[in-house]
Amino acid sequence: MIAVLALLAPAAAATASSPAAPLTTADAGSVCQAPERDESDPSIYIVGCLRDLREEPPAPVPGVGITLSDAEGNELAQAESDENGAFAVAIPGDPISALGKDYTVAVDEDTLPEGSGLRNPDDVEQTITVNTDSDQSVAFPIGDPLPGSAGGLTLALQLTVGGLVFSSLLAMAALGLSMIFGTTGLTNFSHGELITFGALVAFAVDGLPGQISIGGLNITVIVGVIAAFVVSAAFGWLNDAALWRPLRRRGTGIIAMMIVSIGLSIFLRNVFQYFAGAQSQNYSQYSAVTPIQVGPVQITLKEIAVFLVAVAVLLATTAFLKYTRTGKATRAVADNPALSAATGINVERVISIVWIGGAALAGLAGALLGVTQGFDYQIGFKLLLLVFAAVVLGGLGTIWGAIVGAFIIGTFTELTTLLVPAEFKFVGALLVLILVLLVRPQGLLGRAQRVG
Amino acid sequence: MPAETEPTLTKGGGTAAPAATRSAEARAALAGVEHEPGAKKPDPIVVAHGIRRQFGGLTAVDVEHLEIQKGVITALIGPNGAGKTTFFNLLTGFDRPNEGTWSFKGQALDKVPAYKVARMGMVRTFQLTKVLSRLTVIENMRVGATDQRGEGLLSAMFAWLWRGQEQDNTVKADELLERFLLHKKREDFAGSLSGGQRKLLEMARALMADPELVMLDEPMAGVNPALKQSLLGHVKSLREEGRTVLFVEHDMDMVRDISDWVVVMAQGKVVAEGPPHTVMSDQRVIDAYLGSHHDQDLSEDVEEQILAEAQAEIDAEHPEETK
Amino acid sequence: MDFVAILGSAIQQALGPTAIIYCLAAIGLNVHFGYTGLLNFGQAGFMMVAGYAIACAVTIFASSLWLGVLVGLVLAALLALALGVPTLRLRADYLAIVTIASAEIIRQTIAAASFSEYFGGQDGVTDFIAGFRDANPYSGSVGIPGLFRWSAFDIWVMTVGWLLVAISCLIVFLLMRSPWGRVLKSIREDENAVRSLGKNVYAYKMQALVIGGIFGALAGFMVSLRSAAVGPSFFATDVTFFAYTVLLIGGAARVFGPVVGAIIFWFLITALGGFFSQATAGSDPLIPEAIMDPTQASLMRFIFLGLGLMLLMIFRPQGIFGDRRELAIDAR
Repeated sequence: MIAVLALLAPAAAATASSPAAPLTTADAGSVCQAPERDESDPSIYIVGCLRDLREEPPAPVPGVGITLSDAEGNELAQAESDENGAFAVAIPGDPISALGKDYTVAVDEDTLPEGSGLRNPDDVEQTITVNTDSDQSVAFPIGDPLPGSAGGLTLALQLTVGGLVFSSLLAMAALGLSMIFGTTGLTNFSHGELITFGALVAFAVDGLPGQISIGGLNITVIVGVIAAFVVSAAFGWLNDAALWRPLRRRGTGIIAMMIVSIGLSIFLRNVFQYFAGAQSQNYSQYSAVTPIQVGPVQITLKEIAVFLVAVAVLLATTAFLKYTRTGKATRAVADNPALSAATGINVERVISIVWIGGAALAGLAGALLGVTQGFDYQIGFKLLLLVFAAVVLGGLGTIWGAIVGAFIIGTFTELTTLLVPAEFKFVGALLVLILVLLVRPQGLLGRAQRVG
Repeated sequence: MPAETEPTLTKGGGTAAPAATRSAEARAALAGVEHEPGAKKPDPIVVAHGIRRQFGGLTAVDVEHLEIQKGVITALIGPNGAGKTTFFNLLTGFDRPNEGTWSFKGQALDKVPAYKVARMGMVRTFQLTKVLSRLTVIENMRVGATDQRGEGLLSAMFAWLWRGQEQDNTVKADELLERFLLHKKREDFAGSLSGGQRKLLEMARALMADPELVMLDEPMAGVNPALKQSLLGHVKSLREEGRTVLFVEHDMDMVRDISDWVVVMAQGKVVAEGPPHTVMSDQRVIDAYLGSHHDQDLSEDVEEQILAEAQAEIDAEHPEETK
Repeated sequence: MDFVAILGSAIQQALGPTAIIYCLAAIGLNVHFGYTGLLNFGQAGFMMVAGYAIACAVTIFASSLWLGVLVGLVLAALLALALGVPTLRLRADYLAIVTIASAEIIRQTIAAASFSEYFGGQDGVTDFIAGFRDANPYSGSVGIPGLFRWSAFDIWVMTVGWLLVAISCLIVFLLMRSPWGRVLKSIREDENAVRSLGKNVYAYKMQALVIGGIFGALAGFMVSLRSAAVGPSFFATDVTFFAYTVLLIGGAARVFGPVVGAIIFWFLITALGGFFSQATAGSDPLIPEAIMDPTQASLMRFIFLGLGLMLLMIFRPQGIFGDRRELAIDAR
């Protein structure tokens, strides 16, 4: 019976995970050979592997001290990595009594080779909960000591860079939401699913048999991302033509449409899970890329590429809205639909274009998010509140506001981790949203006269 | 509010004669008033001074001084975009001016919220009628009554606390419905009424509060000619009951027919005041309506300005969205 | 296909504790949305503070469940005030966004590992209902043999739960027939009109938000009592949306709408779940595994739920049994 409620909350557990976390080099120790040991020993071992990821293939790091402690901080055992970089440390005592308890595994940093450090300084101590009586593995990726571990300023810079990349994607999603709101008045709670849709389209292309290449260069994922943009555009048109346009014709109220969009969100999210499964996915390329050092900051080439693509698309979209005839018509409709219709603008056509463009932007954001950090069936749903926060912060319905709001929210969420644990960065952004409404409800760039 | 209200206000019948005399006196008092914008009145119920409201760079209302005489019917006229509705919103607390002071019965209203303005006895209607569509006509009327014990959360659950008052209110509502010829619609949803009937219902509902000053925003807009006459009669009867009426109107026949005093606004300012027949022939009024450039072609600048003013007017009609 | 088993579990769920929880949550939403037109998308947040209040009253402060109930009600009221201040003067969709965001803020804060000492992180809180269990006057179990049965504890939860539902419905009935309720309905129709008639619209909205939130708190109490546990996953965003579906099935702005809605909702959801689970079970399933495996089958009811919510709002916004002319919400 308890399960029923838990089942009803498929979104629950995963939502807390960070949307912008850079991909960790998780499988660094997968090729690791565990040290030989007696198979009949019933003890639970904590095993792991220390490898220097700057080498290709990663080189083992021997002679590093490992300490195991219990939850109260009492030291239980010690070990040292062998010539393969592997270590195994047994939990003393009866294996049964260890179940359900937390243990801390720590690396003795002084024993690391000169000039090396943990990729993530927070990983020096890792807490493990023992839930089964099988061995538990733990990874300590080693590389350049993170420069930020010394200076807070460098860390802030590093986080800002990560935040900017994330912001550029958030901005694409927010721009689409804001334009749709501006022209139709719909607060679209299924906008997150447009993001997920893009990620899934790219994944589907990626999953096709064989690979797509030009001149021997494998561009499968690039084609996938382009396909995500195009197919999402079509999906946006379909959304409007099959659902929202008929509803507008009936004169459906905006609150009713909002609830319809919630139904659509639940429907699509579960359909996505039906086909893509609940697990987190990565594309076949670019999933584990070694970062390069730019000044004091580490960044991967794919992040640079993603950022450039996103900024280019944002610039193109704003230029389109600012200079082309259709773009001007769009802004006019967003400003005052009735007046625009009276001046001969085909409002329905404009709304259709906005849906196509908004969904294409959201889909592209989803596919690029998939490239930078992987995705699952509810990546868009998890992002939705941040997108709302960005749009409200900038001013509902405004174009520049959505972009500015997204960059503020995106970098803010990253930078808050300087001060509070990473698990609160979402909470911080949402608190900002509420505070903004309290002080300046029309948003940063919204007009004081009329909201929306 | 009701404490200060004359007890004779509620019903037309038996007390009409002294009230009518009073309003005749009040009209007579206007005879000595200058026909100039901002003229002082002998017995003003509303005094507004230095009221300015800007939307962005556009000044929608800029009224230096205006007094509304008690017990008479005052019409507020002016071309589209003159700021009449915005001024209405400002007086009733539905919008806030950038600067200015205004008072009702000598009490300053600067910091008084809209609902308290209404409780003080200054009740308005809206240009786009606001009936409560999915409530019945009689329920619409009952909402209008003030000081209802049953509207407090604590007493709401205990019907015996408010049932008696509710019955009194219903009797009063039925009388008003009878008077406004809406009695047959008593149990219908207000949303099913015609445009003219909605105007009637809105006016009748406003009277449930026994207001001293009734402010009507375009009471004739969208009303068919057959209903117009009865609406005119109703507005006149308000004065006979001793109430003050301020109304915005475009229908010049109505203005000429029922108003005792006319205030003309153009481009946010009061440009003329006076009795209907004098004002209608005033050169400033003709200029205001036809534009002082009415002998020139519209240049692009002027056109843009007009559009901007229209926008301000639209904004002013949605004051709630502006907060 | 064992239709008797499906029917049995559907009836069990439709009248059981889960339906009660969603019924209470929907009663709160009815006050918010059905009567006042306030779009609260964060009912899960109200449920969560209350659910954790009773749990933590026992586990952290070692006091009685009753104190937890009191604290839960106060917290829900405070949450309503905190949400109302920035949003009740703004348009409807702002309240929707702020409430949904606040529910997430609360959930992620309570779920945070930093506070796991108090709230148990993702695992939540358990071991706090001994007092409630001890007060159970029933023993044995009740049911129709071969169809369904409730344990003594379930019956106890249901007794308390349906009693709460009955009291809540009575309160809503008494409030909504009063002039106070009339003002709420008027605000739903046109708040400026109500303001022009001398009513303090902001205060009324705030009162409605608090009262609806308190009904949400009752739902939260029932969550922790029936599960003997609370966890962040019990109060995800979707819980609010399901409660909206319950409300819309039964018909908004009707006193018994949430009751009818909760029973129908849980009957259909359980029956659908049972059907697809059986259709994909066994070595020779009704639906070939290539089309649908058991995991996918468990999603079918949510797919239908989403679709159902859309179709309901579009074609029968007045609820399944409602009369279109009495449609209280702005759907057209």
